[in-house]
Amino acid sequence: MGRITLEGVQKSFGPVHIIKGADLDIPDGAFVVFVGPSGCGKTTLLRLIAGLEDVSGGRILIDGNNVVDVPPAKRGLSMVFQSYALYPHMSVRGNIAFGLKMAGLPKAEINQKVEAAAATLNLTPYLDRKPRELSGGQRQRVAIGRAIVREPKAFLFDEPLSNLDAALRVQMRLEVTRLQKQLGTTAIYVTHDQVEAMTMADKIVVLNAGRIEQYGSPIELYQRPANLFVAGFIGSPKMNLITGEEAARRGATTIGVRPEHVAIVDEGGEGWRGEVLVAEHLGSDTFLYVDAGPLGTLTVRCVGEKRLTAGDHVTLRPEPSRVYRFDGNGTAIFG
Amino acid sequence: MARKGTGRSVVISTLAAWLVGFLIFFPILWMVLASFKTELEAFATPPSFLFFHWTTENYVTVQERSDYLHHAFNSIVIAGGSTLLALLIAIPAAWSMAFSPTKRTKDILLWMLSTKMMPSVGVLVPIYLIFRDFGLLDTRIGLVFLLCLGNLPIVIWMLFTYFKEIPRDILEAARMDGATIGRELVYVLTPMAIPGLASTMLLNLILAWNEAFWTLNLSTLEAAPLTTFIASYSSPEGLFWAKLSAASTLAVAPILIIGWFSQRQLVRGLTFGAVK
Repeated sequence: MGRITLEGVQKSFGPVHIIKGADLDIPDGAFVVFVGPSGCGKTTLLRLIAGLEDVSGGRILIDGNNVVDVPPAKRGLSMVFQSYALYPHMSVRGNIAFGLKMAGLPKAEINQKVEAAAATLNLTPYLDRKPRELSGGQRQRVAIGRAIVREPKAFLFDEPLSNLDAALRVQMRLEVTRLQKQLGTTAIYVTHDQVEAMTMADKIVVLNAGRIEQYGSPIELYQRPANLFVAGFIGSPKMNLITGEEAARRGATTIGVRPEHVAIVDEGGEGWRGEVLVAEHLGSDTFLYVDAGPLGTLTVRCVGEKRLTAGDHVTLRPEPSRVYRFDGNGTAIFG
Repeated sequence: MARKGTGRSVVISTLAAWLVGFLIFFPILWMVLASFKTELEAFATPPSFLFFHWTTENYVTVQERSDYLHHAFNSIVIAGGSTLLALLIAIPAAWSMAFSPTKRTKDILLWMLSTKMMPSVGVLVPIYLIFRDFGLLDTRIGLVFLLCLGNLPIVIWMLFTYFKEIPRDILEAARMDGATIGRELVYVLTPMAIPGLASTMLLNLILAWNEAFWTLNLSTLEAAPLTTFIASYSSPEGLFWAKLSAASTLAVAPILIIGWFSQRQLVRGLTFGAVK
């Protein structure tokens, strides 16, 4: 079991408030991603759950027990660090076995578990190598092996893929997701990459300046962003945000429409008129950056190839049901 | 190693390196050679380099006149004892400053180093009086304490820089893996710190072995280490170059041998953890 509940968790370093009261309920077996810009407190929140930092206020419950005074070793969690943090003087086998050795398991059982973990992660041929003799991806797998072998209540991942190159990152992303589903263990994963968050998570926590802005499934966040911050952060390319007369006409301070929900209509039809500044042709998609006069620069995503180039005049029409409205505080207006 | 020199530049730089090495080594070589000369040949002009009457007579005389083994034993006790004592105090000090620094850590480190900036002779009289009153004059224990305190700032600084290089993440990973502080020390920190500990120990051993000011002033016979043994051959009645050289050769031999076998650690120690 690995249900993790945060109740009014706060953290400050001196006068600086890093986490300003976080409430969260992570059900057993869920894959939850903490996402937000750098400095938003996502890593701090993870370290508070791990016990590597002490909370300044509030409670952290693991399976209903308050653990704020329990040392990290006794919380039954394992962590994968951004820097891998492998023990440089131990072999891969030693690294994976360390936690079990500390738990005082018999040698035969340790060996059996290490072999099993190594087989799952395709590390068997490297068991007797030192970390410095491995590639980045292999080191990452050792770090994951060290985490899974202890059969923890939950995995904590601190931006584990950020040191890998793009191709390897996509591959490891799949592996981590598959492994988590296979083991059914709760996982908390910190990243600043919203694509990683959208693809891996069962539920996403969007953090900004030490506050939880929204907690929900990736599609909920995409379809019903609670406020301007979430609307702007989730989705790629970013949502177009328009203020002024156009917004006021719809009874809002700001309106937002995603690039994929803007259509190009025939010249002369109803809509927003503008001039193409840049056209990016990706084959599968065409991205247009359109100067729409008082509305600002709008991004448009068209499926397939559109024969448009810089300087062309276009008329844009947003899908009416996909126009989001926000009030003066940035909170979404629904209905 | 992207830069590969041409054949000629390699030859020139190799020759230059050997030349500089030879120049630095020359005084030691001259000392060793002089120790095998007779007293007359030792200060002959022009000096003979290799073609002289080789003799081991000086070594025999030196051993007869003063007990080399007694002084060597004192050197080992004083250098070894002060080094071990310094490490015992410095490891926890450096550990706490490296892993849980406070606002004042930097100031404390600087203050400790500043104690090395005062010339030793400035405190000779008070220290001599303290030694006299506590009955520590000419005792090994007194010198062990004094040399330990003298080198402590350097030992703490060196260990501090080594500990600082150990990534925090690794210690946190060990904590997450269920290691207690004690086990973290034994299984993770110590193995990673061994190169640093070894070079600190070696450097301190050499500093203590060669320390002459306090050993000469605070010991006469009982606790006198090899430095006093050498000094006894530069007597006011006239210099005995050959015997002085023999005594010096005997005194530096052990440390030279240790240094030879631990060159790598020593170089690392001397660069003070600046090279990663």
